[in-house]
Amino acid sequence: MPHRFSLLGLFASTALGLLVFTTAFSKPTLAQTQDQAPDTPAARVLACAPCHGAQGQGTSDPYFPRLAGKPAGYLFNQLIAFRDGRRRYPPMNYLLEFQPDDSLKHMAEYFAEQRPPLPEQGVPTVSKEVLAHGETLVTQGAADRGIPACSSCHGVHFTGMDPGIPGLLGLRAKYISAQLGAWRYGTRTANAPDCMQLVAGHLTEEDVNAIAAYLSSRPAPQDPSPAKKGSYALPFACGSQPN
Amino acid sequence: MWTRDTLTTLALAVVAILAPIGSVAQAQDKGKPSKADIIAKGEYLARAGDCIACHTAPEGKLFAGGRAMPTPFGTLYTSNITPDPDTGIGKWTADDFHKMMHTGRSPDGGLLYPAMPFGSYTKVTREDNDAIFAYLTSIPPVKQPNRPHDLRFPYNNRSLILGWRTLFFREGEFRPDANQSAEWNRGAYLVEGLGHCGMCHTPINALGGSSESEAFQGGLIPMQNWYAPSLTSNKEAGLGDWSLKDIADLLRTGISNRGTVYGPMAEVVYNSLQYLTDEDIRAMAVYLKSIGQGSPPEPPSSAVPTTESSLLLSLGKTVYDNQCASCHGAQGQGKPPHYPPLAGNQSIQMASAVNPIRMVLNGGYPPGTFGNPLPHGMPPFAQSLSDNEVAAVVTYIRAAWGNRGTPVTAAQANELRSAPLN
Repeated sequence: MPHRFSLLGLFASTALGLLVFTTAFSKPTLAQTQDQAPDTPAARVLACAPCHGAQGQGTSDPYFPRLAGKPAGYLFNQLIAFRDGRRRYPPMNYLLEFQPDDSLKHMAEYFAEQRPPLPEQGVPTVSKEVLAHGETLVTQGAADRGIPACSSCHGVHFTGMDPGIPGLLGLRAKYISAQLGAWRYGTRTANAPDCMQLVAGHLTEEDVNAIAAYLSSRPAPQDPSPAKKGSYALPFACGSQPN
Repeated sequence: MWTRDTLTTLALAVVAILAPIGSVAQAQDKGKPSKADIIAKGEYLARAGDCIACHTAPEGKLFAGGRAMPTPFGTLYTSNITPDPDTGIGKWTADDFHKMMHTGRSPDGGLLYPAMPFGSYTKVTREDNDAIFAYLTSIPPVKQPNRPHDLRFPYNNRSLILGWRTLFFREGEFRPDANQSAEWNRGAYLVEGLGHCGMCHTPINALGGSSESEAFQGGLIPMQNWYAPSLTSNKEAGLGDWSLKDIADLLRTGISNRGTVYGPMAEVVYNSLQYLTDEDIRAMAVYLKSIGQGSPPEPPSSAVPTTESSLLLSLGKTVYDNQCASCHGAQGQGKPPHYPPLAGNQSIQMASAVNPIRMVLNGGYPPGTFGNPLPHGMPPFAQSLSDNEVAAVVTYIRAAWGNRGTPVTAAQANELRSAPLN
């Protein structure tokens, strides 16, 4: 009898297990017997992976930026700018052309949440003097030329601030100088008041190279997350970071 | 029979779907639709005509025009169709608007460039044109002068349009086919008229015209380097052997169990088709399925030598297994609807290999729609695959699993690396 009972028990628990198993696993395949694409943000942004990495960690190409951990508001602004053609890079403009705001918001949130390790810091290929010039501009600015310190907006550890100010960590010198160049020449713009265009307008080509060399050699801080909104006051108004 | 009565019934049905219940009741009381109902109907029809895609510039004001339209003859700039009296259509009457849609002439008698699809819009009924006009006059006016076109000599001479019209333009409202159902006729009216599908899906010749006898037979879209497949050949995008549900899903959500829209068709779904009612989408599906009959002769045999094509196939399988199989399946079965099947997918096997090559190079996102708000995207492989690898993998997917496409060459892949992206 105990023997039979335990058999019955085994049978019952197996049946229950099967029931749980089939309930848990049959739900997504109710309509379809075939495999389904994973219903996850990571699967939806696979199109971004060849250039930016599956977690937005960046790739070996120095012109494709790291996206991971940048504030979602900043990433969303860039996605909108690429979709609407304000920021021009045909492969990005093409991919995003028919994405509604909500789809772009989900992409931005996915990459903002990722925390893959920062790459090894780059070894500067410029002279000590150039690096020192970069450090001065990045940490103190040049008040006589109307240039604020990068750190006054992007944070002393360059992690950026929610929701709209990007971190500058994990970017290669080539990308930084290309973007600063684009701001200077007006091919990259943002919502008015376009603070980066104002700042970059005061930079010389030497300044840009020095800033790019210094920023790309910064070590990873303990916490690479962006500062919370309003953690510090900005030196001037910025359309990307409304108060 | 497509009589005035059935038209009115249809129009009322559309209004009933769109208008708030209260105003429908009111409209029925009076026996004629209210102004608000007509405007709502006009807005819906303007969606069906996809006016917004051309008449609104990126980041521009709604319907204020100014969008650049590159053509083989130079660049056209679309016009302001807001009700501003000086720079828009504020001084137009409903008669003027109907004449423009029906004959391709502006109120002053000037000839419109055929980038405006009046060759299709000529089929739209007076009643529908009046509704669209009522809608356009209800939107906020924008003062924005039209930008002059930038056409090369001799195409900057408008009288050339007369020649084009003589060759290619047939004026006339849609005539229903009495042997077909009301649903089929509604679908034909939308596809041939406001939908202006023939603008891309009919071959365009060197004169920039499309021939009626070749309607919906497909062709390369000038300047964009995407191939608009034939809607009549089941070997291309002919939908004769698709279920009505799969056709409707594709048109309205951008994805289906048979395939996904991409390139210029993604724009059509994004700006126009996703807004149409289930009934109208189904009607279009019924019509499209019915014209997808017969097949052209077998595609020409390959120009690539057999030894070379067998090398391509074996390299192609390696690339496919490493890069593509995780989503599209080892047997090309896909994971529909988000990862489309490649086995049996007509769009891959067409005589023109332009589209599959471009998809491999550029990747792409289906449009985000009400039915598929968070789409899955395909990665671009332009940076990671060589011309030879692109040719190999496209050759492989065109020939594997019973597919019957011809091989492609590295030169074809290379040429499309510089195709305009948007």
